[in-house]
Amino acid sequence: MRKDIIEIRWHGRGGQGAITAAKIVANGAFVSGYKGVVMAPTFGTERRGAPVFTSLKISREKIYDLSPIATPDMVVVLDHTLLDEVDVVAGLKENGLVILNAPPPASAYNFGGARVAVSDVTTHGVTAGLPPGIVNSGIIGAFAKASGLVDIDTLIRAIEEEFTGKKPELNARAARIAYENTSVGEK
Amino acid sequence: MHIIESGNVAAATGVMLSRAQVIAAYPITPQTPLTEKLSEFVESGQLGAQYIPVESEHSAMAVCIAASTAGTRAFTATSANGLLYMNEQLHWAVGARLPIVMCVANRGIGAPWTVWNDHQDSMAQRDVGWIQLYANDHQQIIDTVIKAFRLAQTVSIPVMVCYDGYLLSHTYMPFDRPEQSEVDRFLPAFAPKHFLDPQNPGNFNTVTLPDVRQGVDGVMEPGYIEIRHNLHQDLRAALESYEEIDRDFVKHFGRGGTPFVEEYRCDDARFVAVAIGSLSYQLRDVIDIMREDGIAIGVMGVQMYRPFPDQAIARALSGKECVVVLEKALSYGNQGPLYGDIKSALYRLADRPVLHNYILGLGGREIKTQQLLDALSESCSEPKAIEDTPRWIGLKLQE
Amino acid sequence: MAKKDYCKMISRSKPGPGDGGNTGSWRVMRPIINLDKCIPVKTGKIACFNCWLYCPDCVVTKTIPPTIDLSFCKGCGICAEECPADAIEMVDEASQTEKEK
Repeated sequence: MRKDIIEIRWHGRGGQGAITAAKIVANGAFVSGYKGVVMAPTFGTERRGAPVFTSLKISREKIYDLSPIATPDMVVVLDHTLLDEVDVVAGLKENGLVILNAPPPASAYNFGGARVAVSDVTTHGVTAGLPPGIVNSGIIGAFAKASGLVDIDTLIRAIEEEFTGKKPELNARAARIAYENTSVGEK
Repeated sequence: MHIIESGNVAAATGVMLSRAQVIAAYPITPQTPLTEKLSEFVESGQLGAQYIPVESEHSAMAVCIAASTAGTRAFTATSANGLLYMNEQLHWAVGARLPIVMCVANRGIGAPWTVWNDHQDSMAQRDVGWIQLYANDHQQIIDTVIKAFRLAQTVSIPVMVCYDGYLLSHTYMPFDRPEQSEVDRFLPAFAPKHFLDPQNPGNFNTVTLPDVRQGVDGVMEPGYIEIRHNLHQDLRAALESYEEIDRDFVKHFGRGGTPFVEEYRCDDARFVAVAIGSLSYQLRDVIDIMREDGIAIGVMGVQMYRPFPDQAIARALSGKECVVVLEKALSYGNQGPLYGDIKSALYRLADRPVLHNYILGLGGREIKTQQLLDALSESCSEPKAIEDTPRWIGLKLQE
Repeated sequence: MAKKDYCKMISRSKPGPGDGGNTGSWRVMRPIINLDKCIPVKTGKIACFNCWLYCPDCVVTKTIPPTIDLSFCKGCGICAEECPADAIEMVDEASQTEKEK
């Protein structure tokens, strides 16, 4: 299969905004020169609170395969309560990275040896002035810090654009705070 | 201008740029976000259309028929059971030669109930007479919608633009959003050939006798069979019209050039896989893998399905050793619909390829690249095995 | 769920707990029955049992007091809406779970 595609799987609950977060990263990646960007949400019945996952594929070349990610390079978890319910690291490639919305330290979380990055995005959102429970903007900051895939300023701009009319500055601030407070664990 | 949006939004944007005047639609998964986006465009004033909420798809097409007969550019969208619900009206719209455009977000049909993607809905309508165009990605969705409006009004035949539900409707990818001014230059205002006009009173599509008859003005009026014969002739002529329109689209927007089929690595191929929609793109990864192993294989995506571009397909597949048709639909009790059409297109060729048929993806069964690779490898290793029974990919729970 | 003999001809499912999975985890709001207000509890008699009747997931028992199976209760709030005595309150699930910890 194609080796040039970076596969990022986002795990959240219906209504948490995993799709929006993945879309923002997709936009950031595209303007950074990744021509190939495909973001696919869970297909099917939707329900607030139910576990959902979104597949985000990024490549320098156009992507033709839209099927869901089976072997992610990275996994982003917006809600740590999912860990009991969903095997978020299913298929995670060796040397894969888990980015988790949870309080540090990263060493408190064991995913079979995968690299783990944590950020208490839920708290950072409140610190930024957002209503409690908004995590989909902050998680982008954690993603930027842990993955280094797209630079934070590009993502901040993408956040502000996406959240036009919906407190863009606060959402941008949440991402910034999360970015500065992401601890990446050792392997 | 490049934007990253969903296939449904690509379709809605195409409709907006085409300056549709009347929209009547009923929501159905996975088309719903398309209708929602259109109602947003109308509400915000970006699209100066009348949005008429209706209580069913049957009424949606009825309203489009009325609007089109009154001389306005009409649009609707649906999926699966919604398309079937309006089936009677589909026949009416095409018999009445109305240039309605409809998007179909392809979805499987109950029973059993499903909301996921396959092509059974539009395939079940292939004999009705509507022009059927299929898009492989979001760029093709928005481009084909714009071309569809021009084709419909050029040949006075309704056009359905089909794209994979969920796989294209709900995924996000980048595409270029054409400029309104350029679309206006490409798509002239709708000047209907026949419409309800109090200055020229007339009855449209009343009971039409088996035989021809003389009208009150002495002119011989066609019987039913002439009307339907003319539809068929005009559908065949639409092949050339669409080629011209697509050429003009390339001139305006720099994209297109594959009105009937889109080929990838087929020139020197011994084997060709054929599919419709996003599947034809997913197959490209498989083609690349097999080519690396030295297998001369390519993939062809069918873009226009009705009228069937039999000559273009015969030209493309003549001389190939084996053609593998993979489809997300089935004419139950027989074979895949596309398979049958391709077989008959190749009938008169002296050197016709061996044909294989695979059915897959029904009700949204996931299609893995590895499965495609296994199936194509098997077909290429035993191409001479002539069989008419479709093979299936991805079945489980079989003893 | 073991599905040894699946029906080949039609698609069907049989009634039983958990066919939809661990739906209790979807809950964002949790119903709490106030036993001081609940009519069957106060009167000691079989009374309205609207909560049992209207629950779309059949997680409320027709007992005195009624109980709610939290493994499957999705927190839709219909029981609270239909209770004629206003005896059911929908509380934030996350805070409840914190309290219980």
